[in-house]
Amino acid sequence: MNDQVMSPEQRAANLKGMGCARKRVEDVRFTQGKGRYVDDIKLDGMLFGDFVRSPYAHARVVSVDTSEAMKVPGVVAVLTAQDLAPLGLHWMPTLAGDRQMVLADGKVLFQGQEVAFVVASDRYAAADAVEKVVVEYEELPVVVDPFKALEPDAPVLREDLEGKMTGAHGPRRHHNHIFTWEQGDKDATEAVLAGADVVAEEMVYYHRTHPSPLETCGCVAAMDKVTGKLTLYGTFQAPHAIRTVVSLISGLAEHNIRVISPDIGGGFGNKVGAYSGYVCSVVASIVTGKPVKWVEDRMENLMSTAFARDYWMHGKIAATKEGKITGLWCHTTADHGGFDACADPTKFPAGFMNICTGSYDIPTAYLAVDGVYTNKAPGGVAYRCSFRVTEAAYFIERMIEVLAIKLGMDAAELRRINFIRKDQFPYQSALGWEYDSGDYHTAWEKALNAVGYDALRKEQAQRLEDFKAGKTRKLIGIGLTHFTEIVGAGPVKNCDILGLGMFDSCEIRIHPTGSAIARLGTISQGQGHATTFAQILASEIGIPADNITVEEGDTDTAPYGLGTYGSRSTPVAGAATAMAGRKIRAKAQMIAAWLLEVHDDDVEFDVDRFVVKGAPERFKTMKEIAFAAYNQAIPGLEPGLEAVSYYDPPNMTYPFGAYICVMEIDVDTGVHEVRQFYALDDCGTRINPMVIEGQIHGGATEGYAIAMGQEIAYDDMGNHKSATLMDFFIPTSWETPTYQTDFTVTPSPHHPIGAKGVGESPNVGSVPCFSNAVHDAFRPFGLTQSHMPHDQWRIWKIANDLGLHG
Amino acid sequence: MIPAGFDYHRPADLASALSILQTHGDEARVIAGGHSLIPMMKLRMAEIAHLVDLQDITDLKGITVGDAEVVIGAMTTQAELIGHDGLAARLPLLREAALQIADPQVRNMGTVGGNVANGDPGNDMPGLMQCLDASYEVVGPDGARMIPAREFYEAAYFTARGDDEILTRIVIPVPAAGTGYAYVKQKRKIGDYATAAAAVLVGKGGASVAMTNLADTPVWSEEASAALAAGDIEGAVAAMLDAIDPQEDMKGPVAFKKHVAAVILRRAIAQAQARAA
Ligand SMILES: Cc1cc2nc3c(=O)[nH]c(=O)nc-3n(C[C@H](O)[C@H](O)[C@H](O)COP(=O)(O)OP(=O)(O)OC[C@H]3O[C@@H](n4cnc5c(N)ncnc54)[C@H](O)[C@@H]3O)c2cc1C
Repeated sequence: MNDQVMSPEQRAANLKGMGCARKRVEDVRFTQGKGRYVDDIKLDGMLFGDFVRSPYAHARVVSVDTSEAMKVPGVVAVLTAQDLAPLGLHWMPTLAGDRQMVLADGKVLFQGQEVAFVVASDRYAAADAVEKVVVEYEELPVVVDPFKALEPDAPVLREDLEGKMTGAHGPRRHHNHIFTWEQGDKDATEAVLAGADVVAEEMVYYHRTHPSPLETCGCVAAMDKVTGKLTLYGTFQAPHAIRTVVSLISGLAEHNIRVISPDIGGGFGNKVGAYSGYVCSVVASIVTGKPVKWVEDRMENLMSTAFARDYWMHGKIAATKEGKITGLWCHTTADHGGFDACADPTKFPAGFMNICTGSYDIPTAYLAVDGVYTNKAPGGVAYRCSFRVTEAAYFIERMIEVLAIKLGMDAAELRRINFIRKDQFPYQSALGWEYDSGDYHTAWEKALNAVGYDALRKEQAQRLEDFKAGKTRKLIGIGLTHFTEIVGAGPVKNCDILGLGMFDSCEIRIHPTGSAIARLGTISQGQGHATTFAQILASEIGIPADNITVEEGDTDTAPYGLGTYGSRSTPVAGAATAMAGRKIRAKAQMIAAWLLEVHDDDVEFDVDRFVVKGAPERFKTMKEIAFAAYNQAIPGLEPGLEAVSYYDPPNMTYPFGAYICVMEIDVDTGVHEVRQFYALDDCGTRINPMVIEGQIHGGATEGYAIAMGQEIAYDDMGNHKSATLMDFFIPTSWETPTYQTDFTVTPSPHHPIGAKGVGESPNVGSVPCFSNAVHDAFRPFGLTQSHMPHDQWRIWKIANDLGLHG
Repeated sequence: MIPAGFDYHRPADLASALSILQTHGDEARVIAGGHSLIPMMKLRMAEIAHLVDLQDITDLKGITVGDAEVVIGAMTTQAELIGHDGLAARLPLLREAALQIADPQVRNMGTVGGNVANGDPGNDMPGLMQCLDASYEVVGPDGARMIPAREFYEAAYFTARGDDEILTRIVIPVPAAGTGYAYVKQKRKIGDYATAAAAVLVGKGGASVAMTNLADTPVWSEEASAALAAGDIEGAVAAMLDAIDPQEDMKGPVAFKKHVAAVILRRAIAQAQARAA
């Protein structure tokens, strides 16, 4: 059958466009071990860098003696802050408007902080030399508790900020205070709380954890002294932003810098920021004239590169006796560690924490966030979520449960009566957002029906009776969550990072034979962009996805964009792709009309061709049009078929979902078992259902890890207690629950293809869902709040504190 | 995570291995599967100038299943132990326990000898061997000697084996027919060491009880074993709780570990009793 006689449906299917469960094209190389990651890059004469790190969380660095290290065979250089200072590179700007030591400048502020950088001919020599650098420290008092950090006589952590009572985000009220960020109406909210029938109050802690991608952070810096060009390969989630930052801090002209993100083995926010390793590698390459590779190991990754969360969220929620929520108040104490190295849009020092009214129609709300310095590693990045959105979702989904307890109500019903109704969209939230679209009630009922909610509650009640009668030692917990995210940052009018507007881009070139290459400003870290963006384009321009190459990550070839994090690729770069595709189609229409000898308006697009209106047998396929674009002299038209689009989104997108978890809990050992996990996601238009499913599985597994065991823990001396995968929980296939996925489709009205982004929903939604299941199991015994992670001993402790061990 | 430099030796027989140990004294260390030793070297908690790899010494391999005793060569991997059906028929407790060690990748490399010789209180085999009343044969410059597992462990990483001795075989008496057995282990995930683990043998008027990772050595308790032999389960649990000395770590605080130790022990006893003929 040829394309003359195929039905439009068959032709559409051949494109493997939007909606097709197309297999991921990337997986051919990944599953064969043929990916090319930073550590696979080997350049002639390449040197290796390795760090001397601080064993102390807070100490003065009295001296650094590198003489013995320099004697280790193969060692080329040992850099200290003193060497970087003349270049002004011993400190670097953070994405949050703070600055951070590249190498310890007089003191260290967290255990694992970079003190010296050894450069050697191989990584073994470098590791040996690290042991030989002698650093004299003078220990200082350590603060790991953000509340203690704000006490009047707390030790001064950031001496470099002494006397600076204004930071990047306004006034600082204490030497360890970074900023206060306020949203909403404080007075009105307090008035509502004062007059409410019911107020539930709770401290909700979202503990410190870490994105811990499979591939750690690293780079290869190669300065070519002949051409004056610096090529920087690295695990960068935002290669263009890195190029600009490198240019700004190094003084190298931006056109002389080429940043390449090769295959990336997961990022989850860990690879957005700039790290000492990048700066030191660049300096070392400039100094030695040789390529320098730096790749951190797992312990370094967990100890020093960006962590996530560490938010103490004090909440008050007001409601009528019937359960209608009237107000929400939240004060958050945010532990940022030794430097403020969050990667939020500049105007949002607490990210989009002000999405914390969640899926609910809450008329009055107030949020304040205080950022605080402590002797812990810097970070506070968005671990598989849009900026601080998991924190917000966890907060509101816990507060809803706490309110349900106070009201003696079923938590599913409480949600139902407070959801924003379908007819309220676009919905203006009390904390300043305009939710684009949603149909929460439909999703909620579908989810409750799918799991048989009422029957589950009956089974749970029976189990409780059996427990009380001594027939079983296991309880059942039913975890509920309805989350709303805010992703796709974002409109340039209010979203920038270091002044760079958060648009994104796509450039398309159609080849004469009808295939194409699309380049984007984003960079996949496993999300499958090469698969899904080709599908968007296939549907837009009628060229099969299999004939479209998607390329990202090389700043010399890709158009400028702000990269991939915060579920922004599909909402922003995906929109740019569709818009660039539409420009291609517009020109193709003119070419087709000329070839068919009719007026432009007399042809219309039909899947993979333009047909003459009313005469479908007269058409030109996109393949024919592409060829004509390059070999016909068409009056009034330039040759070629290319387009570029820079897309500045008019609004964020607001994906949502309804998750339900059923958990069995052994009260004697604290061991749990996830019996069922149901995840309904509404990400608007669905580009590739299989890729979505994969994203849900991966994100929910991360959420499971975070809720049930994963943490970055410190002792009182600031010693890191979970720096290996023995103690930092990453589930194996054995622990990973089985997921049941489902969906509704509520397209985004402002996005060209109605897509909202999905990569992070499962992390945002599953964490409260797992946590709520644990809490729910103990609700009959009076539990209102117990902090994550819910590992075995903490679950055991809940039971023990409630007197369930007899 | 890069170890310090070292020389690698790969002798083909025991005598050569012993002589390399003699030459280099405490600068030398044998390596079996490497799955405890190499992580320590990478963390530079162990710096060893001479590594003596035992894997070419065929005499150290193999499993012999007799009526009265079972003999396991030190270099037998945990996977080989699990895969041996004759052994599983005679001593099912071994397979049950070994299947709860780490994950298949680790078990393909890790050896039984390395596991018992290592002296890490987290290892599962030492408590198991104490429960079974196994003995280890060690060979040194002065020849061979047998050390009962119950006398082998002195403190974390300190054992009765001399630095110049190599552990060659493990000899396990076969319990009387009809003896019930169980190995129950609580851990946080696959690949994790025990939060608490219990090895129990019970039946025919006798009993033996040992626990893992609840003190700086494995804990075999004579009192607990005697109590259980007499049918006093709570007495056994109380005696064991007296004998253990868990420390707080990321797995949890001491009170939790003691509570879980008791729960796990009761479960192991119940399972062993149910299996006793
Ligand atoms: C991720 C992971 C999880 C693990 N989980 C568990 C677990 O749950 N339970 C458990 O029991 N173990 C666990 N282990 C440890 C594993 O079982 C090791 O393989 C075992 O402890 C040591 O055996 P080996 O053959 O690897 O010994 P090696 O690492 O080679 O040696 C260990 C020590 O014993 C000495 N040694 C080895 N053989 C002899 C010999 N014949 N004579 C004298 N000295 C000798 C060595 O010198 C060294 O000091 C885990 C390991 C890993 C990496």
